[in-house]
Amino acid sequence: MTSHITLTHYVLLSAALFSLGLYAVLTRRNAILVLMGIELILNSANINFIAFSRFGGTNLDGQAVAVFVIILAAAEAAVALAIVLNIYQRFRTVNVDDINHLKE
Amino acid sequence: MDLFDIIFWFFASVTLASAAVVVFSRNIIYSAFSLLFTFFGVAGIYVLLSADFIAVTQLLVYVGGILVLLVFGVMLTNKVVDVEMKTGTLQVLPASVVVALAAGTLCGIFYVTEWRVRPTENALPTTAGKLGEMMMTSYLLPFEVASVVLLVALVGAAMISRKERKQA
Repeated sequence: MTSHITLTHYVLLSAALFSLGLYAVLTRRNAILVLMGIELILNSANINFIAFSRFGGTNLDGQAVAVFVIILAAAEAAVALAIVLNIYQRFRTVNVDDINHLKE
Repeated sequence: MDLFDIIFWFFASVTLASAAVVVFSRNIIYSAFSLLFTFFGVAGIYVLLSADFIAVTQLLVYVGGILVLLVFGVMLTNKVVDVEMKTGTLQVLPASVVVALAAGTLCGIFYVTEWRVRPTENALPTTAGKLGEMMMTSYLLPFEVASVVLLVALVGAAMISRKERKQA
């Protein structure tokens, strides 16, 4: 392989993706956009896992962990969306700064 | 600069540009749909890393499942027909500082560290068989736990989002 793309390129890409996701989580008011930021962060972690699995020899342990990350992301999205829908039914808003009590 | 590099830069730029649209767009529908391109770009990166099974799983689970869930969430929690779907931001300045610090630290560490890279010529042609073998042997316990977690999470999600019923 004569490629000039090294491990550093992949991990820098994932660092950039992580930063964008973190920014979304910290600044957006809409709870669904916060969830999208979390998905971006999980994707960047997966890129790291698979890049190290690729460049660290022929073992597939990183890819196996990536499968579990995807499984947990699916479960997290389902539960979080259910909670967001419930909050919307109760408070008629999904802005995270307007929802500041545990009970009506 | 060979073809591999060009494809890498293409997928990397698609991923980062659409992720930037997700983060900075004022319209939540634009964010949801550009998240599609982010997931596609990440799947392309996985293919370049010779992780074919993960790439297909990414397309099936993220694009086919999570993205549809998120779009459902957008549709059900915003008044699609009448008001504009703008969403605000808050605490932009402290968040920018925190993100800049995190990004600088991460990029600095990634750039300075001399990774010990093994030769990469002997990548497996396909990974699905080997991964399936690992799921049934060395990762058997996490695999079973993950199946229980998925079951509990989906039943719980259905329970939570259902309308509350009056006790008889």
